[in-house]
Amino acid sequence: MDFRDSPEEAAFRDRLRGWLTEQAGAFPTSGDEYWARQGDWHRALHAAGFFGLSWPKAYGGHELPPVYDVILDEELARAGAPARPSLGYLVQGLGRHGSEELRRRFLPGMIDGTERWCQGFSEPGAGSDLASLTTSATRDGDTYVLHGHKIWTSYSDVADWCLLLARTDPDAPRHKGISAFIVAMDQPGIEQRPLKMMSGVTKEFGQVVLDGATVPADQMVGAPGEGWALAMTVVGHEREPSTLGFTARYGKLVRELLARTDGTPPPELSWAIVETEMLRLHVRRRLSEQLDGVSHGPEGSLDKLLMTWTEQTVGHAALAVGGTGDPDLLHAYLYSRAQSVMGGTSQIQKNIVAARILGLGA
Amino acid sequence: MDVRLTAEQRQLRDAAARLANDLGPGAVLDLDDADRIARLEKAVEATGWRALRSDGASGVEVALVVEEFGRGLVDVPLLGPVLADDLAPGASSATVAVAGAARDARGMRQAVEPEGGRVLATEVGPLTSGVDLTRRDAELRGNREQIATLTDEAAVRWRTLALVATSADLLGTARGAHALAVDYAKIREQYGRTIGSYQAVAHLLAEGLALIEGSISVLRHAAWAVDELPPDEALHAARIAKLYCARAARTVCETAVQVHGGIGNTWECLAHVRLRRALASAELFPVRLEEIDRGLS
Repeated sequence: MDFRDSPEEAAFRDRLRGWLTEQAGAFPTSGDEYWARQGDWHRALHAAGFFGLSWPKAYGGHELPPVYDVILDEELARAGAPARPSLGYLVQGLGRHGSEELRRRFLPGMIDGTERWCQGFSEPGAGSDLASLTTSATRDGDTYVLHGHKIWTSYSDVADWCLLLARTDPDAPRHKGISAFIVAMDQPGIEQRPLKMMSGVTKEFGQVVLDGATVPADQMVGAPGEGWALAMTVVGHEREPSTLGFTARYGKLVRELLARTDGTPPPELSWAIVETEMLRLHVRRRLSEQLDGVSHGPEGSLDKLLMTWTEQTVGHAALAVGGTGDPDLLHAYLYSRAQSVMGGTSQIQKNIVAARILGLGA
Repeated sequence: MDVRLTAEQRQLRDAAARLANDLGPGAVLDLDDADRIARLEKAVEATGWRALRSDGASGVEVALVVEEFGRGLVDVPLLGPVLADDLAPGASSATVAVAGAARDARGMRQAVEPEGGRVLATEVGPLTSGVDLTRRDAELRGNREQIATLTDEAAVRWRTLALVATSADLLGTARGAHALAVDYAKIREQYGRTIGSYQAVAHLLAEGLALIEGSISVLRHAAWAVDELPPDEALHAARIAKLYCARAARTVCETAVQVHGGIGNTWECLAHVRLRRALASAELFPVRLEEIDRGLS
């Protein structure tokens, strides 16, 4: 057991630290400016060799051990840089369920950032109960025609592609009639409706209305009816701090709060330090366990709860240090309230832990 | 970077778990079973684990054994003797003295403590009653005698080990309390269903498991740091672990009392025995939030 970097890891960390020093201040880290420039940040990280660390080389990754993502997140936090783009869950979904042809066509652009992606899962009537989704995909020759309404679609306005769930068999049992598609976002039949979040951010979330948009049948991911399995892969990874890289955000903010504090920190900030350290070490443990080939299961829901408590503790620390008068800190606090909803609510995570780990079924 | 336990460490943990399962108290009545305690004492003494540190064991190994003994409510000394052995290797039948009392002192003859560059030893007097029903304090008797000297760095290392060991006991205690509550939630029925099938109960237990997972992660780093990081960094890691594990354990033990309902508030339920042990381990070598006055690693 060793928490220290191996010589290779240390060399990687040094190289990364040097590059981050050169980039200092070049990319905005919060608010609409962050979302507006996120694509540039993604491409810069990838071009410098610091993104897609554990993914296959064939698709633009580096095939490094999973713990390299810990180093990336730690150094991003230390440098005060933006967090890495959180699209590992889409890579996992397409990588595990897509054909080799689809993987070769779409993964490289997803990983290097030359093509932007969004995820079309949730609907106004299908939130926690995702399997009740009603967006339809109807076969018409070599294409499917889409009708429906997606919501909470991050970066939909800048996305080139959407990994979309739609019902292809209205008569099948509800989990079995869903298929997944790769849909081009720039086409007639797709209407974007922005959503302004309570923090004031307008560039992150969107709504997507599909009214006769089309998708080639060969851009279905997996077989007809395999959409639910893909969705479970995606949301499983969407719950893992090791996939999302959010620890960088928390570490950066805690450092900023400490820099603004004279003397003994307020108790909220001390707790934020404790929680942020816990999560950083938890991610190290989880990524080490992946060396045993530990698969992604319901444990991701435990990680999501820990991540949520950490973010919301940091949010309270931001309020304690800055009050409501500091726009950036107020934004950080308001944004933290979304963490117990996005990617599956805390209540859903607790249901999963109770049923699938603790065996507390009905 | 690879923070998995080694095969040897997993074997040690499993051996400690077996011993605790076999001879630890399975019910409140067992706490008064002198025959069981005598067999447990003999078994623990035979393992040599009270001298883990002078046998060259790392902080990680100490933490694993202490954790399993906490989970199994082992009610003969381990934590105290391990800390005494680290402070004064070779001192026989020794536990630690803290704030004028011998701790974890059942059957121990002397208590050692650090003070201003010296290690002092005192004879252990009669056992006293306290919050913890499984590890007993005792009075100190006679004069304190210097038996060794201690560098500042060694004193900080020892304090770090003490924080790690008490954190490990807290984690084990939380795991034991959580398992007790989950088992009960699966058999107790109300309104014709097991209470664990209700979200109101299930969510408390899910939160408890997340707190335990966080405790494992933070403790493992602190336990490793005892021997591997510079003293001030290791102490910082141990303080973070102690704060996290103490809060988590108290919450999980309180949940165990709540899930047991009325029974959980009675003397005969083991939930309060675990809660009491958690309170004692939090209070022994306490950490205040104000001590977290520096940033992230």
